[in-house]
Amino acid sequence: MSLPDLTPLAPLAVALPFLAAALTFVLRRHAVAQRIISIGTLAVVLTLECLMLAWVWGHGASAVLIGGWAPPFGISMVVDEFSALMLVVSSVVSFLVLIYATSQGSADGDADGPVSVFFPSYLILVAGVSNAFLAGDLFNLYVGFEILLTASYVLLTLGGSKERIRAGTTYVVVSVLSSLLFLIAIAMIYGATGTVNLADLAGKLTELAPGTQTVLHLMLLTAFGIKAAVFPLSFWLPDSYPTAPAPVTAVFAGLLTKVGVYAMVRTETLLFPHDNVDTLLMWVALLTMLVGILGAVAQSDIKRMLSFTLTSHIGFMVFGLALNSQLGLAATIYYVAHHIVVQTSLFLVVGLMERRAGTADANRLGSLAALAPVLAVLYFVPAMNLAGIPPLSGFLGKLGLLQAGVADGGWLAWVLVGASLVTSLLTLLVVARVWNKAFWRRAEDAENPDPLLLAAANEAGAVRTYEAVAAFPESRFSDRGATRVMPSVMVWCTGALVAVGVALTVFAGPLFTFADRAATHLRERAPYIEAVLGHHPEVSPERGGAGS
Amino acid sequence: MSVNVTLLLVMAVLFAAGIYQLTERSLTRVLLGIVLMGNAVNLLILAMGGVGGAPPIVGDGEPSGQSDPLPQALILTAIVITFAVTAFMLGIIYRSWWLSRRDEIQVDAEDLRVAAETGFDPEDDKELPLETTEFVEGEK
Repeated sequence: MSLPDLTPLAPLAVALPFLAAALTFVLRRHAVAQRIISIGTLAVVLTLECLMLAWVWGHGASAVLIGGWAPPFGISMVVDEFSALMLVVSSVVSFLVLIYATSQGSADGDADGPVSVFFPSYLILVAGVSNAFLAGDLFNLYVGFEILLTASYVLLTLGGSKERIRAGTTYVVVSVLSSLLFLIAIAMIYGATGTVNLADLAGKLTELAPGTQTVLHLMLLTAFGIKAAVFPLSFWLPDSYPTAPAPVTAVFAGLLTKVGVYAMVRTETLLFPHDNVDTLLMWVALLTMLVGILGAVAQSDIKRMLSFTLTSHIGFMVFGLALNSQLGLAATIYYVAHHIVVQTSLFLVVGLMERRAGTADANRLGSLAALAPVLAVLYFVPAMNLAGIPPLSGFLGKLGLLQAGVADGGWLAWVLVGASLVTSLLTLLVVARVWNKAFWRRAEDAENPDPLLLAAANEAGAVRTYEAVAAFPESRFSDRGATRVMPSVMVWCTGALVAVGVALTVFAGPLFTFADRAATHLRERAPYIEAVLGHHPEVSPERGGAGS
Repeated sequence: MSVNVTLLLVMAVLFAAGIYQLTERSLTRVLLGIVLMGNAVNLLILAMGGVGGAPPIVGDGEPSGQSDPLPQALILTAIVITFAVTAFMLGIIYRSWWLSRRDEIQVDAEDLRVAAETGFDPEDDKELPLETTEFVEGEK
């Protein structure tokens, strides 16, 4: 069976979520319609992206020229192996998180609460992420970033509580600053080359004087570094992410920083392959790993701990990128896909733990392994995966990075290999500590446990609704009434995402082959440039085309 | 490429003033700083379009007699984005004032708590008992 070429439909991955966002905004008083539209749209987008990935797997990169203008003048969207893979992984994650969030919303019974703005914002976020992955020119990439950031401002401050406003302020100011830096870099690149089309820039930037190249290169890297949260530009992240609602934190942790990593990979491979800042990137990777994981060791709040491990593991991706080798890049691509899935599933699990036990502070938790064995399994698998225990995908990704590091052979690469191992061990330490405290020990041993947890421990897990804590005003959930503690749809969504993480292990062979081919084509650059600037018979002569 | 010095000076002043405002703790000043810097960046993009004065895209005329239209299109987009972000920031500032009566960025309470911790965990760090086996008493 031959697959149809659906890559010309790539703009739909951006347009459909936008359309659905408009619809859900109009239908904000009809919660059911909002849910059906949002979930349906993401399902269609996910299917489309899977078909595009399958086509790209066989045929290589393909570009869509919007409005039929000849490149480099018009806006182009490019689907190559790397962007197709990122699109599919991000859509799987956002699809499952959306169902999780929907279920949480309906379980909490807030049909007309502030959640009516959730669906439009979430869909716009998805559109922005897709746009950033597909963008064929720098300015469209900037617009993609802005779309997803603006949506994320709204999602982060949902409800407008004091804590969220405080966290949101830092987040907004830092993000706006990074966007301004990005815009300055675009202006300068335009001044130097007269184009913003990535494929066109790939040829023109290499003709510039080396000094100019380095300046432009570093400006772009700084802007993307803030978004990807690499050290020393990462301090905003653990401060702002944990306060948001669990599904929002989960999708932010999975997607937003990875868009920054994606942009860094494009910058390094497509725009500045000859301008060498690898040593700088290696130092950045080293410090990102170590500082991030040391931050995680100091935390007792699980959401904050996970935010620190998130920034720490960005270091692994930068490491692979900095090695500037075929294997390093392939391992980075695999690691990005793995990390999106695993980090998101961990945040979803923590959201469930918070519902079950009333708090996400590890010091106040206990007994969860006995009270919620399913939850224990759902935590254990991605936690071990994050730490890189064989045979899970985290181990495979790290193994690839370590092999690439050893093959590089420089002393700094060896230091990074050592640092990767230390970071993995410390990651194991922090996730195992949460396991010991929250799941293994008895609830009576916890300091100041939530009444919800004690009620559950006394009744041996029979607590199904929050009515059990209605008499305890000190519990966060005392006013929730008959809301279900663990809606089964939320558990199933989390389970599905954990299963996707395991599938990354099971299908690691084909996936690594694919990542390897993506890395080859990224390093060759020619397939990407050819897809955009090559012959396009569909462009009419009056729009600059050569005709057919 | 010749440069419009006035534009350049205005841009420099806007950048300097914007960065100075950003270093303040007051949110309104931070917002003003962002607005000023946003406009400075717009001027930078305009300056990158080359010499101005001529209209962009006139029929099929020579490109040398026309201004580059692309930077102007980029600026329009950038203005809209800055506008949206400014509106949102104003909303946040108002909400922050409404909640805490303070127009300042608050310090993260959890950060302070972690910083004040001694690092001593009663469970992890307690001294190990010298008797390493629990069965000694039972055997007596």
